[in-house]
Amino acid sequence: MALQSEERDYDVERVRADFPIFDHPINGHRLVFLDSAASAQKPRSTIDALSRVYETEYANIHRGVYDLSMRTTKAFEAARDKVRDFLGAAESREVIFVRGGTEAINLVAQTYGRANLEAGDEIILSHMEHHSNIVPWQMLRDEKDLTIRIAPIDDQGNFRLDDFQALLNERTKIVAITHASNALGTIVPLKQVIALAHDQGAVVLVDGCQAVPHMAVDVVDLDCDFYVFSGHKLYGPSGIGALYGKAALLEAMPPYQGGGEMILTVAFDKTEFNVIPHKFEAGTPHIAGAIALGATIDYLNELGFERIAAHEQMLLEYATERLTEFNSLRLIGTADRKASILSFTLEGIHPHDIGTVLDRQGIAIRAGHHCAQPVMDRFGIAATARASFGIYNSREDVDALASAIGKTIEIFG
Amino acid sequence: MSDDLRDLYQEVILDHAKNPRNYGAPENGGEGQCRHARGNNPLCGDRLTLHVTVADGVVRDARFEGDGCAISMASASLMTEAVKGRPEAEVRDLFHRFHELMTIEDSEADPDALDKLAVFSGVREFPVRVKCATLAWHTLIAALDGDDDATTEA
Repeated sequence: MALQSEERDYDVERVRADFPIFDHPINGHRLVFLDSAASAQKPRSTIDALSRVYETEYANIHRGVYDLSMRTTKAFEAARDKVRDFLGAAESREVIFVRGGTEAINLVAQTYGRANLEAGDEIILSHMEHHSNIVPWQMLRDEKDLTIRIAPIDDQGNFRLDDFQALLNERTKIVAITHASNALGTIVPLKQVIALAHDQGAVVLVDGCQAVPHMAVDVVDLDCDFYVFSGHKLYGPSGIGALYGKAALLEAMPPYQGGGEMILTVAFDKTEFNVIPHKFEAGTPHIAGAIALGATIDYLNELGFERIAAHEQMLLEYATERLTEFNSLRLIGTADRKASILSFTLEGIHPHDIGTVLDRQGIAIRAGHHCAQPVMDRFGIAATARASFGIYNSREDVDALASAIGKTIEIFG
Repeated sequence: MSDDLRDLYQEVILDHAKNPRNYGAPENGGEGQCRHARGNNPLCGDRLTLHVTVADGVVRDARFEGDGCAISMASASLMTEAVKGRPEAEVRDLFHRFHELMTIEDSEADPDALDKLAVFSGVREFPVRVKCATLAWHTLIAALDGDDDATTEA
């Protein structure tokens, strides 16, 4: 019964009212936004935080001796503390600001990977990784003559822990794995994955882009070595994200990019690198973006991740129930534990056509391969339509989706 | 259905999408003067293969294989019908006019000259779908040029 009372407590209309984008109709219809997994909409408080920085508190950070620069620096570092708390990290210096998940993974591949892996070493990825957690490792593989092994999933999209365990061996140096699949919604049993990987001495990088919007994360409890996420999928600004890394690993890693901020002293014969996190933050970062990301985390904490998770699981169950009413609809990804993502195909109707028909009714979904072509191949399809649910979605949105799918079947049936 | 959706998914398009004409590899295996090219739309992952037979500068046969959205399937199907019997230069000109039809407001392209292909005028209201309609054409032009691959992103 606890769940029901949480549902009652969650006032989705009030949450929706916090997002100015919903004041604007699409194609004459109330906007039904079901593509938060691609990029989420922004609450008023995040938008205000961005403007407030530029209007009242903007200067370059870690440089100026003047008041404005010191205040901006303080706000920027306060945002880092918020990300630390958000991830449950022990120390703020373990949080590196980056452009997003993609940059964070490339950073780890090009620094930790290049410094520590040798020819013949192995990297394990899962079959449902986003291209951003595949391609950086392939680039490293080709450079260092490594082997990439793929941990399989079953026909429902469940991660196969036994098969993963069988892939581990003394040559396994890195396991790079998603926390939640963007294409299927599958939540990976990370604690077991990480414990098994550590038993073999491998480090684990977790792609948390699709997990952080839906659930509380604790990197210390998970014991992952690296955790990455993008701000824009978390209702924050685009162009800002974070890499968490265990301090000892980050300290031992060579820098990623060279430039200002990441140095202590520079002479033409020798440069001394700065301490973490600054060693990995060359150049002027997205200052306002980081501060607004902090404001976004405040907003989400106020809603509470327990209540967010309960609301979204309710939507996922309701949407699964409504969509399976259509005989010609096939759900792609029906794992036991899922984030609020529904990928589907309609017999004889291409996802792009579904997307176009839905758009004309004000419903935004993703149609395509979701930058995860290997998992599309796994299910023998080129593309799916994907509805992803966020904090501002309601049962009404699910009803609109179901009704629009009905119309799509009428047109093409 | 809203008007622009009805304009996009006209009966002719739905018919050709469901029952594509000239579908499948040529029976003779495409030997001799048959040229082949593969088209790829990286935005959606759609791929198609085109087989075109040219003799004395005239397209004698055109067939295709692949899977895609209603717009790309119908476009490929109608294209193969439209180009048969036409000289190469005329085919290139037809693509030019077809492309204009979908991308230029108040296109001066003569609807009569486009004949059945004029059903794609509704695509103009859906700019992201233009590449769906032109994938088959890009592939055909690649085949005529002797290229093996075509992409909508070139």
